[in-house]
Amino acid sequence: MSRIVGIDLGTTNSLVAYMEGGFPRVIPDAEGHVLLPSVVGFTADGILVGDAAKRQLVRNPTRTIYSVKRLMGKGYEDVKKELRYFPFHVVPSDEVVKIRVADREVTPPEVSALILRALKERAEAHLGLPVTKAVITVPAYFNDSQRQATKDAGRIAGLEVLRIVNEPTAASLAYGLHRLKEGTVAVYDLGGGTFDISILRVKDGIFEVLATNGNTHLGGDDFDRAVVDWLLADIKARHGADLRADLEALQELRLGAEAAKCRLSFEERTVLTIPLPQHGFTYRREISRAELETLIEPLVQQTLGPCRLALADAGLSANAVDEVVLVGGSTRVPLVKRRVQELFGKTPHSQLNPDEVVAVGAAVQADILAGGITNMLLLDVTPLSLGIETLGGVMSVLTPRNMTIPTSAKELFTTSVDGQTVVDMHVLQGERELVKDNRSLARFELSGIDPMPAGMPRIEVTFLIDANGILQVNARELRTGKAASIEVKPSYGLTDTEVERMIEESFVHAEEDVASRLLIEARNEADTVIRATERALGQGSGLIGQEETAQINGALAALKAARDGSDRDAIRAATERLNQATLHLAEVLMDSALKEALTAKRVTEALGKPER
Amino acid sequence: MTEAKRGEGVTRSARDLCWNCQSEVGGEYFCPQCVKVQPASVWSDYFDVFGLPRKLGLDLEELQRRFYDWSRKFHPDLFQRATPEEQAISLENSALVNTAYRTLRDPIARVEYLIGLEEGAVKGIPPKAPLDLLEEMLLVQEALEGAKASALDAQTQKRLTDERARLAERRRAEEERLLDVSREWDALVEGSSAASRDRDDLRRKLLDRMKGILAVRAYLTTVINDLSDALGEDSQTHVSHRRH
Repeated sequence: MSRIVGIDLGTTNSLVAYMEGGFPRVIPDAEGHVLLPSVVGFTADGILVGDAAKRQLVRNPTRTIYSVKRLMGKGYEDVKKELRYFPFHVVPSDEVVKIRVADREVTPPEVSALILRALKERAEAHLGLPVTKAVITVPAYFNDSQRQATKDAGRIAGLEVLRIVNEPTAASLAYGLHRLKEGTVAVYDLGGGTFDISILRVKDGIFEVLATNGNTHLGGDDFDRAVVDWLLADIKARHGADLRADLEALQELRLGAEAAKCRLSFEERTVLTIPLPQHGFTYRREISRAELETLIEPLVQQTLGPCRLALADAGLSANAVDEVVLVGGSTRVPLVKRRVQELFGKTPHSQLNPDEVVAVGAAVQADILAGGITNMLLLDVTPLSLGIETLGGVMSVLTPRNMTIPTSAKELFTTSVDGQTVVDMHVLQGERELVKDNRSLARFELSGIDPMPAGMPRIEVTFLIDANGILQVNARELRTGKAASIEVKPSYGLTDTEVERMIEESFVHAEEDVASRLLIEARNEADTVIRATERALGQGSGLIGQEETAQINGALAALKAARDGSDRDAIRAATERLNQATLHLAEVLMDSALKEALTAKRVTEALGKPER
Repeated sequence: MTEAKRGEGVTRSARDLCWNCQSEVGGEYFCPQCVKVQPASVWSDYFDVFGLPRKLGLDLEELQRRFYDWSRKFHPDLFQRATPEEQAISLENSALVNTAYRTLRDPIARVEYLIGLEEGAVKGIPPKAPLDLLEEMLLVQEALEGAKASALDAQTQKRLTDERARLAERRRAEEERLLDVSREWDALVEGSSAASRDRDDLRRKLLDRMKGILAVRAYLTTVINDLSDALGEDSQTHVSHRRH
C-alpha cells in the first residue's frame, strides 16, 4: 500500500511529514532543510520552487509568486486592496484570481500545485516509493471556496486529497500523540498569512472542536508590511527617496524587515542594512523590539476578538481553558506570546516546533485514515454559517457555524411560474443577515423539472458539509423520487473541466529538463553571491588592503563571466572561489561596527539571506 | 426554517435487510453477516438517536458519552478504505448523529426541536414583542432610526448601550422562565397520575407557554442585534444567541 503523507501548505513555508512505526517524521530535502519556502519562480528556462525561487525574488520580482495562499479561492475584487504589496501582476476580472506571468496566466491552485508537486517529489525521493495520497491542512477559518481551491491544487499536483484538515486541529493531534492531558484546549495559530483560534475538548481519545474563529488575512506577512511601510516613510524622510514604485527595492525591504522581525524575537535591538545603489545610498536603520511592538500591536490586538468570539461560541470563559497551545512561526514574537498569556491567564505551550507541528498533525490524521492509529478521532466543525439567498436579499441559515462536521440540512424548493423547469439557488457562507455582506460560494441550477403549475413540484435539496468542510449538494423531486440534475457555478473557483485541463497541462510541464533547472539554480546561487559581494565591498572596502580588494574583484569578474555561460559546473566552481575570496572580508565586517547586523560567517549568509 | 426540519424528525423507514448481503439485520447498525454499516434510519427522532426519553432535562455528560460512542462507530475517518456505498452511509449517519447531538446539547434548540416534534412541522416561531415592553420598544426603534440617519453622539451611544444591557438581562430572565416550563414538561412526561384529558390540556398549555417565551426571546435577540449594529459593533457574538 502506498504511503499517505501529511502536508502543511503554508503561506510562507510548506512541509511534508509521515508516520513511521507510530512516530511522526518531517521529511527534509537533500540538503536537510524541512521548510520549503512557498515561492514559485517562472523563468525563461523553467519553473523554480522553494529556496531557488526565493533567491530570484529580488532580481525577478514580477515572475516570482509568493504568499499565493492569500489568493486561494478569491476573486479579484477581494484582493485588489493588497495587490500593491505584491510585485507580480494580478489580472483584473470579475472571477477567480489570475496571475499574469510573462505570456501566460496562472491561477492560485496551479501555483500551489507546483509547491505540492515539489513536496510530493521530496517525499518520493525520501521514501523510495510513489506518493499519490495526501492529507493537506488549511486554516480552520477557510471557507468552502478556499478549501475547494486547495483540493483542486492537490489534484493538479497528482495527489488524491483524502482529507482537508484544519491547521489548529492538526496541531492538537500532534500534541495529542504524547503531551496533551484531557481537558479543554485552546490552539492559537498565527502563521505567515492566516490566523486561527480553535477551542477543543479532549477526552477518551476524542478531539472534539467546540468552536473556531479566525481571520484568513492576518499573519506574519502583515507584520512585515507594517515594518516596510514604516521603513518607506523613514527613507522618504531621511533620504528624500520614494521607493514605493521600485519593485526590487521593495522586495529587499520586505526580506530585510522579515529578517529583522525574526531577530527581534531574541534580541532587544537590531540593525537593518539595505544597499540601494540604484538610488545612490545604503540605508541603515536600527530598530528596537519596542518599536516593532508599537508597529504590530494593532495587528496582534486583531487576533484577540476572534479568540473571545470562539470562547463565547464554546460557552466557556477564558480561564476555563486548561491548556493553551501556540502554533505557527509568528507565535515566536514575544508580544504575541504576552497577549495570549494575558487573555487566557496561563503560560502557553510551545514545546513542539511551531513550524512543524501542523505537518506532524497532518501525518497523524493520515495515519488515522490509513487505519494505523485507532485510538484517536477528530471531530471538527464548520467555521462559518451556510445558507441560501431568500427574497429581499436576505440569507437564510441552513447550518450554523461551529456545527460538528459532517452535517447536513434539507430544504424544499418549488417553482414560482407555471411550467417552470429550472430553479436557481444561491449558496452563501457568513454570519451577516444580508446576502451582500456574506461570501457567495456558488450558484446551483436545478434542471429537468417536469413542467407543472407553479408551486407543484417539490424538490428536496440536501446540503451536506463533509468531513473536509466542503459542501456537497444533492436534489431530488419528491413526487417522482428522481434525482434532479444540478449544475454548479462556483463564484470564485474552478470548474471540474478547468481542473481536468490543468491536470493535463501539469503533466506536460512536469517533463521539464532537469539539467536546465539545475543550471538556473546555479545561476541564481551565483547571482546571490555576486550581489552579496558587491554589497560587502561597498561597506568594507576601506577595511581591507588593495591587494585583497583586487583579488575579490578578479574572482567577481570571473564568476560574472561564468554566470553568462551555460556550464553549470563552471558556475559552481567560480561561485565557490568567490566565496573563498570573501571569507576574510566577511570576518572583518563581522568585527567592525556592523557586527550587530551580521550573524553569519560568510558574506553570502550574512547579507544574502535573511536569518530564519 | 431549520426548526421546521427538526420538526420533521428523522424519517422512519423499514430496515430489515442488509443493503449489501440481504440478510436479516434486526435493527443492528452493522450487519451480523457481512459487517457492513447500515443506514441509521430506524431512529424516530433525535432523542431516540441517543436512546433518551423525550424530556427537556438532560444529563449532558451522558449525552456526550453516547455521542462519542456513535462517533467512534460512524465517523467517515473509519470508512476511508471502505466501499463508496459504505462511505455514503457513514457520512449520512455521522451527519445525523452530529445534528442530533448539537440540537439536544443546546437548551434552546432542544425546546424548539421538541415543539416541532410535538406539533408537527411548524415553520419557525415568529418573533413577538413582549406586551409590557411595547412602549419602550417604540422608543428604541425611534432611536435606531435616528442612529441610522446621523452619527451617534455620546449621549445616544450610552442610551443604546444601556438599553441593550437591559434587553440582554430580560432575555436571560426569559431563558430562566423557559427552564421552569421545561421542568413542568418533564414532570408531566414522567407522571402518570392525572386523567388523560387533563394531561392533554396541560401539555398544550405548556407547549404554548414555551412558544410564547421563544417568540419573545427571538424578538429580543433581533433588537439586541440591531442595537449592536447601530453601535457599530460586530454583532457576531449576539448572532450566536439566535441559535442557542
